[in-house]
Amino acid sequence: MIRPSRGLRGINARELWAFRWLILTLTARHIQVRYAQTLLGIGWAVVQPVISVAIFTVVFARFARIPSDGKPYQVFALAALVPWTYISSAVSTASGSLSASSAMVTKVYFPRLALPISYIFSSLIDFVIGLALLLSMMFWFRIAPAASSVVAVPFLVLAMMLTATGVSCTLAAFDVEYRDVRHVVPFLLQAWMYASPIVYPMSLVPDKFRQLYALNPMAGIIEAFRAVLLGTTAVDWRALAVSVAVSLALCVFGLMVFRYRERVFADVV
Amino acid sequence: MSRTAVRTERLGKRYRIGQTRKTRMVQPTLSETLIAALKAPFVSVLDRGGAGAADRRGEKSVIWALENVSFELLEGEVLGVIGRNGAGKSTLLKILSRITEPSCGWAEIDGRVGSLLEVGTGFHPDLTGRQNVYLNGTILGMDRREIARRFDEIVEFSGVGDFIDTPVKRYSTGMHVRLAFAVAAHFEPEVMIVDEVLAVGDAEFQRKCLAKMDDVARAGRTVLFVSHNMNAIQRLCTRCILIDQGKIVADGPTADVTARYLAEGFARTVKSGPLEWIVLNSVEHAGTGQSRFASLRYGSDNATVGHHAYTDGPLQVTLEIVSDKPRRVGSLAVTVNDEHGTVLVNADSVELGVSVDLRRGTTFLALQIETLHLKPGTYVIGLWLAEATHEPVYDYIQSACPLEVVDLQGTALGSRTIGAVSTTFSWHEAREPI
Repeated sequence: MIRPSRGLRGINARELWAFRWLILTLTARHIQVRYAQTLLGIGWAVVQPVISVAIFTVVFARFARIPSDGKPYQVFALAALVPWTYISSAVSTASGSLSASSAMVTKVYFPRLALPISYIFSSLIDFVIGLALLLSMMFWFRIAPAASSVVAVPFLVLAMMLTATGVSCTLAAFDVEYRDVRHVVPFLLQAWMYASPIVYPMSLVPDKFRQLYALNPMAGIIEAFRAVLLGTTAVDWRALAVSVAVSLALCVFGLMVFRYRERVFADVV
Repeated sequence: MSRTAVRTERLGKRYRIGQTRKTRMVQPTLSETLIAALKAPFVSVLDRGGAGAADRRGEKSVIWALENVSFELLEGEVLGVIGRNGAGKSTLLKILSRITEPSCGWAEIDGRVGSLLEVGTGFHPDLTGRQNVYLNGTILGMDRREIARRFDEIVEFSGVGDFIDTPVKRYSTGMHVRLAFAVAAHFEPEVMIVDEVLAVGDAEFQRKCLAKMDDVARAGRTVLFVSHNMNAIQRLCTRCILIDQGKIVADGPTADVTARYLAEGFARTVKSGPLEWIVLNSVEHAGTGQSRFASLRYGSDNATVGHHAYTDGPLQVTLEIVSDKPRRVGSLAVTVNDEHGTVLVNADSVELGVSVDLRRGTTFLALQIETLHLKPGTYVIGLWLAEATHEPVYDYIQSACPLEVVDLQGTALGSRTIGAVSTTFSWHEAREPI
C-alpha cells in the first residue's frame, strides 16, 4: 500500500532486516573502496592513530605537561583516540551518505537508513585495527586490561555506535537538502574532540561539573573505556550512566528526525 | 480470471516550484531557509518540502506533476506508459517503486516490485564487476544466495567474460551498461517497472534487451514500461496509457494509444515534430555563418501517422536560410544519421551537379526525397551548406532535430527493427551454385 504519510513514523525493523544483505554489501563496499588504490591500504588505519599519538605526546605531554593519570601518555592518548577515531570517521562519512549516493536515492527504493547504518558498521574496521594497536602497545608497556573489560568493551562499543547513529542520522537528514552540513561537520567534530577527555584526563574536570560534562556522551564512554583497559581510574559510574542515557536519547532522536525527513529525500537530494 | 496486480486511485504528486532538481540548479542554503522561517514562523525548517508546507504557502508556488491518476493493471499485463518529456511518467514510476511518496491518493501493488529506473544504479567504479554484481543485486532487493545462483547466467548474458574481476572503471561504457542490465534482467520480481533502459547501449545490445523483456512479458509477469521508443512499446505492450501534464489522457489498446500519441504530435520533443517550423537557434552550428539555417520543417504525405516519416514513404524537408548577401552555393545537403552519427542518407545538391541561389535575407528551399528506405526508429537530421564540396563552409549542423520514422503497416515489428535499411526481397531455392 502506497499512500502519503503524516507525522512521525517508527522504525520499520522488519524491512531493515529484509534488506540486511544490502546493509552488509554496502558495508563491505565502503571498506573495499576506502583503501582502494592506496599504497598502504588498510595500513592507513594504523598510521593515522600512530601519527596523532606522536603529535599529541609532543604537544600535550611535553609542552603543555598535561597529566595522564599515571600511565605513559602515548597509551593514555591512544586508548581515547581509538573510540574517538571511530566516532569521527563514522560521523563524517555517514552524515554525507545520502547526498553522496543521491543517484541511488532517486533511482531505487530501499530503506534509506541502510546508507548511514552501513557507515556506522564500516567504520568499525578502523576501531578494530586501532584496538589491536592499543593492545600491542599495552603489552609493550606491560599494562594489563581489567578482566571486566571483556564485558565492558562490547558494551561501550554499543554505546559509541548509538551515539554515532544519533548524530549521523540527524546530520544526514539535513545534509540531503542543506549542504551547509558538510561545512559544519569538521568544526563540530573538532569542538567535540576537545570537549571529550582525549588529550586530557577527566580528572582535570572539577568534581561538581562532572555530571554536566558527562552530558557529552563520549566523555563518559571514553573515560570508562580508558578506565577498564588501562586501569587509570575507577569507573565513574554516575558519569557513565549519564553519558549512556544521552547516547540512547540521541540515537532515538536521530532516527526520528531521519524518518520524519525521509519522505522528501528523493525530491530534494 | 486474473488478479489485480497494480491499482492506483486518484494518485497525485505536487512539487513546490524550485524544489525539483530540474528547475532549480542551486540548493537553498540553511540561511535562506532560516530567513524564510523567520518571515513565516509557522513553516518549520523540519517540514520544508513536506506534504503540509505547500498548503500553507498557497497554491501558486506548487505544480502538480501527477494528478488524479487511477488505473488498474491485471497480473501478467504489460502496460506501456507514454507521453512527452515532463508529462509525469517518471514521477508515476517513482511513486510506484516507492522512491518518492505521493501527495495524495493511494496505490496498491501485489507482489515483489522490481524497478529499473536507471541502468547501473549503485555501480561503484573502484569495485570489480563481480563485486558490483553483488552490490547492484542487493540494491535491487535480491539476497546473496539468489545472486550466487544466477551469477554465471548474469555474466554470460552481459558478455563481459574475463573482465568480471576488473574494476568497472576500466570498462567501456558498453560493457558497463551490459553488465548492469544483465543484473537487473535476472532479478525476477512479480511486478517490473522499467524506465527507458533501451536508450543506452548499441543496437545489438538493445535487441538483446528487447528480447529479454519479451521473455519477461511472456513469462506472465506484470510489467510497466516507459519509453519514447514507439517500436519497443508496440512490440512489448498490450495496453498503453498516455500521460499529458500529469493526467491520464488515454488508456486502451497499444495501437490506438500510440496512434493518438503520434497523431497529436505528442512525439515531438521540445523542438521537433512534423509540419512544424523547428527553429534552429539553440542547436550547435559550425561554419562562417554568413549564410545560415534559421529553421526547418519536415513531413510526409500521410495524415494517419501525423505526417511522420514512415518506412518506404516520401519525406519533404523545407529549409529557411538567412544570408548576409546574395550568394550561389554548390553544396546544400540534408543528411539523415543514426544515433551514432553514421550518415545513412546524404541528399547533397553536389551529387545532382546543381547550384542553389540564395537571396539576401531569407530564402526558402525544399527537398523532396521520393522514398525513404529506413526502418522504423529514431534518426537525426543534419544540415550542410558550403561554397562547393569543401571550404568555405557557411553552416553545418550535425544534429538539427530528431526524425522519427514510424511503421505504416503495423506489421510484426520485431522482424523489421533489425538493420537500418529497408529493402525488397524474396527467398527461393537455388537450383545450382552461382
